[in-house]
Amino acid sequence: MIRRGLVDDKLGIKYGAGGRAMRALIERVCLAGLGPAPVDGIGLSAMDDGAAIRVGNQWLVITTDSHVVHPRVFPGGDIGRLAVSGTVNDLAMMGATRPLALTCAIILEEGFAREDLAQVYASIRTACDEAGTTVVTGDTKVMGRGELDGLVINTAGVAFCDRVVPDCGLAPGDVLILTGTVGDHGMAIMAARHNLALEGDLRSDVAPINTLIRAALDAGGADVVAMKDPTRGGVASALHEMAEKSRVGILVDEPSVRVRAEVRAACDLLGIDPLAVANEGKAVIGVRAAAADRVLDALRGHALGREAAVVGRCIADHAGAVILDTGLGRRMLAEPEGELLPRIC
Amino acid sequence: MAIPDPARAIAELKFRDPIRGRGLLDALARRTAEIDHSPVSVMHVCGSHEQAIAKFGLRSAFPRGLNVIMGPGCPVCITDTPEVDEGVVLARQGVHIATYGDMVRVPGTVLSLADAQAEGAHIHVIYSATQAVELARSMTEEVVFFATGFETTAVATAAVVLGGLPPNLSILSAHKYIPPVMEIVAEMPHTRVEGFLAAGHAATITGAAVFEPFVSRHKLPVVIAGFEPLDILAGLVKLLELIRDGTPAVANMFPRCVSHEGNLRAQEQLWKVFKPTGGRWRGIAHVPNGNLRLRDEFAAIDARRRFPIDLTTLWDYAPPALAQSCICGDIMAGLKAPSDCKLFGQECTPEAPVGACMVSTEGACRIWHQYGGHPNLGGDA
Repeated sequence: MIRRGLVDDKLGIKYGAGGRAMRALIERVCLAGLGPAPVDGIGLSAMDDGAAIRVGNQWLVITTDSHVVHPRVFPGGDIGRLAVSGTVNDLAMMGATRPLALTCAIILEEGFAREDLAQVYASIRTACDEAGTTVVTGDTKVMGRGELDGLVINTAGVAFCDRVVPDCGLAPGDVLILTGTVGDHGMAIMAARHNLALEGDLRSDVAPINTLIRAALDAGGADVVAMKDPTRGGVASALHEMAEKSRVGILVDEPSVRVRAEVRAACDLLGIDPLAVANEGKAVIGVRAAAADRVLDALRGHALGREAAVVGRCIADHAGAVILDTGLGRRMLAEPEGELLPRIC
Repeated sequence: MAIPDPARAIAELKFRDPIRGRGLLDALARRTAEIDHSPVSVMHVCGSHEQAIAKFGLRSAFPRGLNVIMGPGCPVCITDTPEVDEGVVLARQGVHIATYGDMVRVPGTVLSLADAQAEGAHIHVIYSATQAVELARSMTEEVVFFATGFETTAVATAAVVLGGLPPNLSILSAHKYIPPVMEIVAEMPHTRVEGFLAAGHAATITGAAVFEPFVSRHKLPVVIAGFEPLDILAGLVKLLELIRDGTPAVANMFPRCVSHEGNLRAQEQLWKVFKPTGGRWRGIAHVPNGNLRLRDEFAAIDARRRFPIDLTTLWDYAPPALAQSCICGDIMAGLKAPSDCKLFGQECTPEAPVGACMVSTEGACRIWHQYGGHPNLGGDA
């Protein structure tokens, strides 16, 4: 267990969950082995969505992701669409919305069906088309039967941008916008994995959202001060990271957070907070209050941002903490610990 | 597993309506102010009530003069240490144990069922009494259903017992009965409790009438409440009215589910299989009639009679040192809050629980931890 930032001798599944445990692992083990960050730029130590390196008067943004979702095909997408979306969205969260190119490395388990792999690549192609990018290089390995479960995909992406948007740019008074409903991806995976009999339709929201983010940046310009995609650990984890890095308190208005009725019903049944459930096609965007309406209008004008809403604001008190106003009262929004559901992305 | 109709989920939102909620909170503040002393302390006896209070942030919105205490309302937490030990000893004898998930990690005197499992014992997590039957049918080895919980789950155990068990299945009953423990809390010296909020789901079985003898004996009001935030707020407003007026009575604020006489068929099944006996509740006290044990007619399926259970076999182990500092008992008796415990959130967390209250999702410590503890959220935050 994580106490005071310690890391266990044997690494359990929680270290891949994207929460406090994973951050402790990166800080205590990975960073110690890697040495200093780039002199002018954002490196691993910033623990942002990707890295940024100064090239002339522009930034080269670079990011990489591995994907191990189970099941590989789920309502609304599959591992191929997830791999492309995850990488494109990480670039977009840094402010780089025109992905130049992606790489795609796969590791297969011996005996993997050719037809299934063809399907994964068709999804990769479709998602790349939506994002306006392409896979330019890759790598293929096959491991023995039982040495891994089916298929692992790693994608990396590069893009140039003029201004990097970090996680840590929030100040008291800033407004937080969520670009749509929450919990769709995680609950779709959970339903598919556990064969939950459903009334209604749980579908993953997995999609590249770089064009949506571009619309927000075009409208808000420098008033867009922080962005994060609420993947593992959901909106709760994303807000905690932003509050901690920016040293502000975040006050969330829970009734403003949109949750589809099917997702809410499934969450209630399983005792899960939708705010802690993963999304793969959403962003939390921090903007200066004066620009909020402008950015909101731009988001709502995009097919992937119709349900965008202001869900919170930054305060000077309770720096580093996230407070939830339920409409009935207030409580702390705890940062999800451990794995709600392993292998969701 | 079926997910409920989304339309129903939306319908339930009306019991979470912030505008009506604020109206009830205003009423609650007025009632509290109308009482001639401060603070007013009331107790609920249900983990689900605490879950809702924490989840919806109600505790920060309660009036300052109102102290809402969580009593012994977590069935996992009040299962006594020797009862856990019985399960551990049986498991170490090679018997398959079937039990509810939270029970697996509850510390016994020295070991939990999870510890026994790590040593090679067979522990199966089940979600219903019928799953214990299915499990036993799927194997030839002896299976013991370590049955825990209040009257709500005891009824489910009774139903499978009356339906007939497979020959390799027996019951280790650690079921508890809530009404007697309310008497204990009311009679505790220095008790601050001036009224009780009773759990709606248990009352659907026992009926509102079950609390009438308690009220006439102790002159303390009991209000039955449901589990949505507005149910709880409406229940508290009614409870404070009864305290203010000095008119102790039973009030049913959950009439959409609870009747005066309750579910007679379920009561009949419950008392056909179980008899109330005295016994200890973890951290509380000896509770007369607080334990539900199998009647003599069911001796053949009673694990305590089918197997020798020698607790002295556990005496080779030393109890963990941290457990000495745990104040779960005082928390469940309503004398202290989780935040009074120096282990809370430090040495004791859901991942590495020291006391039972941090293990169960219905335990006060676990709930407070899950919802981020209780710093002061007043002011313009």
